[in-house]
Amino acid sequence: MTELNIEANLALPDDFYEALIDAHRDLDAAQSARVNARLILLLANHIGDLDVLREAIRHARAGIDAECGDIP
Amino acid sequence: MSIDYQKLALPYAAPAECHSPEVAHRPVIVVGGGPVGLTLAIDLARYGTPVLLLDEDDKLSTGSRAICFAKRSLEIWDRLGCGEAIASKGVSWKVGKVFFGDRLLYAFDLLPEAGHRRPAFVNLQQYYVEGLLYDHALAQPNLELRWKHKVVGVEPSDECVAVTVDTPDGTYRLRCDYLVACDGSHSPVRAMLGLEARGQVFRDRFLIADVKMDSDLPTERRFWFDPPFHRHGSALMHRQPDNVWRLDFQLGWDADPVAERQPERVIPRVRAMLGDTAAFELVWCSVYTFSCMRMARFRHGRVLFAGDAAHCVSPFGARGANSGVEDAANLAWKLHYVLRGHAPDRLLDTYCSECERAADENIAHSTRSADFLTPKSETSRVFRDAVLDLAREHPFARKVVNSGRLSTAAMLADSPLNTPDVDPFDGAMAPGTAATDAPIEVDDRADWLLNRIGGRFVVMHFPDVIDRNAARALTEAFGHDMRVWQGDALHVDSLLVHPANVSASAVDGVPAVTDAEHVLAARYDARPGTTYLFRPDQHVCARWRSFDAEAVRHAVVRATCNGVV
Repeated sequence: MTELNIEANLALPDDFYEALIDAHRDLDAAQSARVNARLILLLANHIGDLDVLREAIRHARAGIDAECGDIP
Repeated sequence: MSIDYQKLALPYAAPAECHSPEVAHRPVIVVGGGPVGLTLAIDLARYGTPVLLLDEDDKLSTGSRAICFAKRSLEIWDRLGCGEAIASKGVSWKVGKVFFGDRLLYAFDLLPEAGHRRPAFVNLQQYYVEGLLYDHALAQPNLELRWKHKVVGVEPSDECVAVTVDTPDGTYRLRCDYLVACDGSHSPVRAMLGLEARGQVFRDRFLIADVKMDSDLPTERRFWFDPPFHRHGSALMHRQPDNVWRLDFQLGWDADPVAERQPERVIPRVRAMLGDTAAFELVWCSVYTFSCMRMARFRHGRVLFAGDAAHCVSPFGARGANSGVEDAANLAWKLHYVLRGHAPDRLLDTYCSECERAADENIAHSTRSADFLTPKSETSRVFRDAVLDLAREHPFARKVVNSGRLSTAAMLADSPLNTPDVDPFDGAMAPGTAATDAPIEVDDRADWLLNRIGGRFVVMHFPDVIDRNAARALTEAFGHDMRVWQGDALHVDSLLVHPANVSASAVDGVPAVTDAEHVLAARYDARPGTTYLFRPDQHVCARWRSFDAEAVRHAVVRATCNGVV
C-alpha cells in the first residue's frame, strides 16, 4: 500500500500557492467552489490510489472534526 | 391473441377450510404473488415441495412498474422452465448511453461478449412477467394458488407458524412449517410481527410516463443529465414490448405528486422530449419517491422475508425485482433440503447471511446512484456538476458519472457454504459466483451450459482425454466414482466436459457435453482434471484442479450444513 506523502514535496511552494490563489481571482464563491471541485477531481484521478485518497480525506477532515470536540 | 394480463381476474375459490374444524398443515406458505413469490413457489414446487401461495388480491401488477429483467433472473427462470416465454416476449438490450445536456458523454455495453444464451437485460412490463410466471405456476402439480386470500394473522412458534387468512367467504386458519413473506415493500406480514425495514428515504420525486408510439429509436437505455427538454433534472428512456416506451423525469422534492401525474402536466413534458409532432398515447403514469432500506434480519424463526419485503432499493440499476428473484432461487433449494431432511434447519440461516450481504451490496450501489442523481447538499451538488462538466472532455470523469450501476448476479464470496480454493485458479468463477453460461454441444447439437446444471448439486469435470475411447473409459470411471452418491439423499449429479475434438455422449447415465468452441474451458479457467461443484441454484461452491470424490463429498456436506458444528 502506498502511503500519503505528508513530507515536503512541492518543488516550488510559493509558486504553487500563488498559482492556486490566482486560479480563484475574480470568481465569486460559487465559481470558486466549482473550480475547487474540478481541481480535486483532477488531482484525485492523478493520484488514483484509493488508500492514498482516503488518507488525504482523513487528514483534510481531521482538524474540522476536532472543532466539534471529536478527535479521531 | 395474447392475454391481457393487466385485466386478467385471477380465479378466487372459497376455501374448504372455512367449514372444517381441522387446521390443515402445509410445509410452506408463500405470501404474495408478485415476481418473487411466484418464482419461489414455482422453484419449490419443482423441487418437489408442496407450496401454497396466498395473495390478497386477484390482479397482477397494475401498470408496467419494474421493466428491466436481468440476465441472472432470466437464467433462473430458464431453470424453472419459463425463461424462454419471458425472454422472447421481452425486448433485449445491453447498450446504455449517458447524455449531459444534448451531448453523448459515454456509452456502455453490459454484455460485450457473445456465447451467452440470455442477453444482459430484457425489458418487459411487470404484468407480463407475473402473467407468464402465473401461467407456469398453474402447470405445477405441487403448487396451489389462492387469490383474494389475505393473510391477517401470523403467529410463529418453535414448532410451526399459525396463519389466519381472510377471504370474501370468511376467515380460516392454517399451519405451516415455514412461511415466506414476499409481500412487497410495505409487507403486511412484517408489520404483523412488529418488524421493520430501516434505511434512507431520498428527498426527490420522479415521474414515470409510459407512452405508446411507433418509433425507430434504437433499443438501448438512454439517460440524460440536464437535457434541453428537461432542464435541471435527469431523464430516462427505455423501450418495452408492444411499442411502449418508459420515460422517466426527475421532478425534485417540491413537485406535487398528484398534480404531476395528470395528463395536462405529463403531455407537455413528453412533447418536449419527443418533439411537438410526435404521435403517442399515454398508457401509464406514476410519481414515485424511493428509499434504500432493509430488515436487520431476513429470518425470524420460521418466518422468512424475500424481495422488497426484506430490502428496498432505488429503481436506478434495476436491482429491486432482480435481487428478489435471486432471493427466491437462493431460498427455494434450502427450504426443500431442510423440509426433506437432507439438511439441518441452520441451512436457512445461510439464506440470510448470503442474501443480506447481497442486499447490502445492492443498497450500496443504489445509494451511490441516488446520491449522484439527487445530491443531498450544496457541496455534493457542486461535485456532481463538476464531474459532469469534466466528463465532457475527460474520459476519467465519465467513469465517475453514475446514472445507475445495473444489476449483476450476486457474488456470495464470503458464504460459509463455499469451500475455499486450495488450487490456483484465474478468472472470475471463484466459489460464490453464479455460474456463467457458455455454448456447448450435446450429441452434436448446440446447447448451453446453464441448461445442464442446476436443480441439484452438479459436479462438472474436465477429463484429461485424447480420443473418444479414452473419453468413454474416463466417463465410465467418473460415473463409477460418482455412483457412490446414488441412493444418497443429496443427489449429486455429474457432467463431463470434453474438448472440441471429442464428440460427447452420455455413458452409463453420466451426461457429457463438448466444449466445441473452447469457451466453457476458457470462462472457467479449466485444464484437464479441473472439477467444479455447483449448488442447485447454479452458484459455484467449490473447485479443484483434479477430481477427488472424497473432496467433492466434503464440499457437498459443507454446502448443505451437514458437517459437525
